[in-house]
Amino acid sequence: MDEALLRSLTPSVLGILVRRGADFAAAEDAVQDALVKAMSVWPADPPRDPKGWLITAAWHRFLDATRADAARRRREDVVDEEPAPGPAPAVDDTLQLYFLCAHPSLTPSSAVALTLRAVGGLTTRQIAQAYLVPEATMAQRISRAKRTVSGVRFDQPGDVATVLRVLYLVFNEGYSGDVDLAAEAIRLTRQLAAAIDHPEVAGLLALMLLHHARSAARTAPDGSLVPLAEQDRGRWDTRSIAEGVAILQAALVRDRLGEFQAQAAIAALHADAPTAEETDWVQIVEWYDELARLTDSPIVRLNRAVAVGEADGPRAGLAALVALDDSLPRHTAVAAYLHERDGDLTTAARLYAEAALKAPNLAERDHLTRQAARLNTHRRD
Amino acid sequence: MAKYLLLKHYRGAPASVNDVPMDQWTPEEISAHVQYMKDFAARLVKTGEFVDSQALAPEGAWVRYDGEGRPPVTDGPFAETKDLIAGWMVIDVDSYERAVELAGELSAEPGAGGKPIHEWLELRPFMSAEQHTITE
Repeated sequence: MDEALLRSLTPSVLGILVRRGADFAAAEDAVQDALVKAMSVWPADPPRDPKGWLITAAWHRFLDATRADAARRRREDVVDEEPAPGPAPAVDDTLQLYFLCAHPSLTPSSAVALTLRAVGGLTTRQIAQAYLVPEATMAQRISRAKRTVSGVRFDQPGDVATVLRVLYLVFNEGYSGDVDLAAEAIRLTRQLAAAIDHPEVAGLLALMLLHHARSAARTAPDGSLVPLAEQDRGRWDTRSIAEGVAILQAALVRDRLGEFQAQAAIAALHADAPTAEETDWVQIVEWYDELARLTDSPIVRLNRAVAVGEADGPRAGLAALVALDDSLPRHTAVAAYLHERDGDLTTAARLYAEAALKAPNLAERDHLTRQAARLNTHRRD
Repeated sequence: MAKYLLLKHYRGAPASVNDVPMDQWTPEEISAHVQYMKDFAARLVKTGEFVDSQALAPEGAWVRYDGEGRPPVTDGPFAETKDLIAGWMVIDVDSYERAVELAGELSAEPGAGGKPIHEWLELRPFMSAEQHTITE
C-alpha cells in the first residue's frame, strides 16, 4: 500500500467533511481515525475507490463521535441535511486547509504540527517522533492548535506567506524518526503549488528541490558534515536539480521576485557549477544583494560576506564582515573561514575552536572542531 | 531495572588522565572519538539499555522569578561557571554494578594520540517517580 498516496487524500477528504457541516476539530479527528483504519484494512482488502472509502469511513467516524456528544439532537439535524456526495471542489479545500493550519493566531510549532497532521496525514506519533517530544505533548499541542483556530471560518482567504513560512520550517527540521521531514515538506509544497498559482510557492518548491538534491553528498559515511566545496557533485540528484531549475525559471519570468525565488536562484547557481572552482560567485553576490533588499536580514548579509570573500577575495569578505554584529549565529565560523582563506591559520584555528563552542548542533560542532584540529595539526607538522 | 544518568562535564569534573583539548587532536582522532560515542550508544540500544542522550551548548544563563507582574530576572551567560555540564546519557540497567561498568566503558573513549581519555563521568541514580516497593 502506498502510504504517501493515502496521505495525499487527507486534505480533500477533510475539506469535504467540513463542507458537509462538520466542525474542523471533530472532522480532523475523524479523518485521522479513518487513515489509521485504512492502513490496517487496505493491505488485505484494497478499495476500488480509495477516496470514496476514506470519505465514508471518516464521515461514519464523525457521526459516531458526535452521537456520543451531548449535542446529539442538534448535530443529527446536520446529518439530515447532508448533501449528496457529488464531485468535490478538492483543490479549493486543500488550499483552505493550508491557510487554516498556518493561521497567524497559531505559534510556529503549533502551525507545523497541525499542518503535518491535517494536511500531511501524519499520525501524532510520527510527528512526535520527528520532533523528539513525547506523544502526549504533541497530542496536546495539536488539540490546542485546533481550539485556537476553531473560530476561524473555513472559507476565509489566507496569506500564502504564512503557509510558506510553515513549510520552510518543516523542511529545515530535516530528519529524525521514520519520517523524512524534508521530503514531506517537498510533497506538501508541491501539493500547494498545484492548488495555487503563486511565484513564491514555486520559488520555495524550487529551493527545496535544489537543496534536497545535495542531501546525499552533504554527509560523509561516518556522519560528519561535508561542506559544499568538498562535496562529490556526482552524488547530487540531477533530476531534482533539473526540476528545481525549471520551476524557478518559470517563476522568475513572471517578474514578481520574492525571497524564496532569490534563495532558489543562489542554490541553482551552486547546482549549476560542475566544480566548486567554477561557481559563479559574482552572480551569487548579486542575488544576495537582491535578498538583502527583500528581507533586510542580518543572516543574509552574513552569507553575502562569504560570497564576497569568494568573488573579490578574503580581505573583501572580512571587510564586509566588520559591518555585522559578531553575536550573529555562525559569525565566528565565517570569520574563521575567511581568515583561513587569507592565510592567517593561527587566527583561523582559534576562531574555529571558538565557533565550535557556539555551534547550534552536534554535526556543526564536530565539523568546526575538526577544522580547528586540521589547522593545528598542520601548524605542528 | 533502574535508571542512571551519566553526566559529562565541560568543567567541574576532576582532570582526566589524557587531558588535551579537542582542537589540539588530529582530525582522525576526533573522528575516532565521535565514532566511539556513536557505537557505544548503538550497542546500548541493542542491549535494551539505552534511554536518551543529549548534548548541551556551553553557554547558558541563570533565571529566577522576580515577583508578580515583573519579568523574570536573568543573569549570565557566565564564562567562568565552575561546574558546566556538557551532556548526558540515560541508561536503564539491572544493577548499579552494570551502570558502573558502562560508565567505565564510556570513559575509555579515545582522545589525543588515540589513547583513552579516562574522563571522569558523574553517575547519578534516578529517584523513581512512584513507590514500587511494599514497605509495610
